[in-house]
Amino acid sequence: MSAVAAESTLYDCRDAFAETIDALAEADERVVVVCNDSIASSKLGGFAAKFPERLVNVGIAEQVMVGIAAGLANGGRRPFVAGASCFLTARALEQIKVDLAYTNADVKLCAMSPGVAYGEFGPTHHSIEDIAWLRAIDNLVAIVPADPLETAQALRAAAEYSGPVFVRVSRMGVPVVYDADYQFRIGHAMRLADGDDVTLIANGTMVSRALEASALLAADGVGARVVSMPTVKPLDLDEISAAAEETGAIVAVEEHSVHGGLGGAIAEAVVAQRPVPMRILGFPGFAPTGSAEWLLEHFGLTGPGIRDAAIELLERKGP
Amino acid sequence: MVTTTEPALPQRIDTSLPREEQVRLLVDASRLIRRRNLAMVDAAGLGHIGGDLSATDVVVTLFLATLNYDPANPELPDRDRFVMSKGHASGVLYTTLASCGFFAPSLLDEYMKPLSPLNGHPDSKKVPGVEANTGPLGHGLPIAVGMAIAAKLGGSPRRTFCLVGDGELQEGSNWEALMAGGHRELDALTVIVDRNRLQQGAPTEETSALEPLADKARAFRWAVTEVDGHDHAALLDLFAGLPVEAGRPNFVIAHTHKGQPVSFMRDRVEWHNKVPSGAQIRAALEELE
Repeated sequence: MSAVAAESTLYDCRDAFAETIDALAEADERVVVVCNDSIASSKLGGFAAKFPERLVNVGIAEQVMVGIAAGLANGGRRPFVAGASCFLTARALEQIKVDLAYTNADVKLCAMSPGVAYGEFGPTHHSIEDIAWLRAIDNLVAIVPADPLETAQALRAAAEYSGPVFVRVSRMGVPVVYDADYQFRIGHAMRLADGDDVTLIANGTMVSRALEASALLAADGVGARVVSMPTVKPLDLDEISAAAEETGAIVAVEEHSVHGGLGGAIAEAVVAQRPVPMRILGFPGFAPTGSAEWLLEHFGLTGPGIRDAAIELLERKGP
Repeated sequence: MVTTTEPALPQRIDTSLPREEQVRLLVDASRLIRRRNLAMVDAAGLGHIGGDLSATDVVVTLFLATLNYDPANPELPDRDRFVMSKGHASGVLYTTLASCGFFAPSLLDEYMKPLSPLNGHPDSKKVPGVEANTGPLGHGLPIAVGMAIAAKLGGSPRRTFCLVGDGELQEGSNWEALMAGGHRELDALTVIVDRNRLQQGAPTEETSALEPLADKARAFRWAVTEVDGHDHAALLDLFAGLPVEAGRPNFVIAHTHKGQPVSFMRDRVEWHNKVPSGAQIRAALEELE
């Protein structure tokens, strides 16, 4: 299923964003982009050249960025908001709640450089709380794609969906994890490796690392199922139930705080449906300064780190 | 509770009538709207009557004689937009929308009742004619800027109006929006400040001063007009003459009185959200006979 083992090239998902947003704008003249002085950091230079009138750069002002997007949607436009996830989500949280989610405004939030992509810039610029904040808001789809293909497909699915959607767009290089015929669907997880001993559920940059962990566990004689769960909201409850029932142990892995993200969402579902031992891997709190790669390594968010957590968990699971 | 329904509500005004006749009708319409608004607050036992009453003449002049819309088709793409950013003044908005045919006046009796579409703050998903969910302050103007950009992008002649409270201008998002609106030369956009000088707990100037407000708006590249916000003739003429200056959005400072014109409410800060007693309702209705 996965091409990860054979593919070592790393991709910046913002390129997939740029290509997709251009194509969407070509196909639908209602599409506009709203950004916060983030043309370069969102790779919108091409869009700006092709559709200068349809790029609304509000300057460094996130509340009005989201408010303007809501007004544009009221006026019949189809706005895609592009800005660094740490600022987009935190600075404009009430606008996201009221102007978009409660209003059911047809606005898509494209959250650039999420997680610890801005690792060296320090915890002010890390966006490891975004999913927790947004997950509490009703009527908001939240997607964390794993590679360029899934990023492009998630943006297209968001465009087809009527209502607000949040899509993380990874800056940190990721390998291709999906085959070319992969079809993303909102709310649907994808099983990328089979196994009956434990399930590794991951999204975003962690999917390739979960696959690596599964391969390492296979060498140890452990069958680790890998489930890619790009949509954190709404969750694929059937896939979570199957993981709990068929493997009896779940490791959730995300480039996010361990509080309230994908792991938290899965834990809520597992406790309600079929309690099994779980581990949630992510950042335990504010992370120090360091490159994204270094930070992931430091917090054990690597193939070997995930393998070790799975083995610990299996000891708790028992025979 | 003194009364649950006050049957008399005004109608939209035929704008081909002589100006003096329109003004006379608007003055009477505001009186009727205020009466019904008081009855609503009385029935609900809740509301923000002070800010309802300060905004009434502006809202009535807009909906009854200025805005272009069809209440039977509230989603028409080229309708003029009105955003009530000071969403706590939902009482005057609902009463006026009912007057203009957006929904049955009997619904006003449900104001803030359990499961009522008439939330304490306006709800665009539940109430035809409400363009934005407001109440948390500082949301309406950014949305109105987006509406005006959409109209400009599409070459639509529609106009966008946004009524903000004066205390509300302490929210920083408004200044982001003022900067964006001025920069984009949105002259089909008009913000009206309900300058009643009182916020929830004290005068604005004792809390976090807004003055010199006109200079601030001019510095943000808006065309500023100051008007008596209870003078229907002045409001009618002002709205008919927009834009004040081509290439600049319109910033109207409407000088108003909280609680206008009820003698014991006018300019008194406690009437921000105080609910009148039965005797006070009767006294207020008597003043509005």
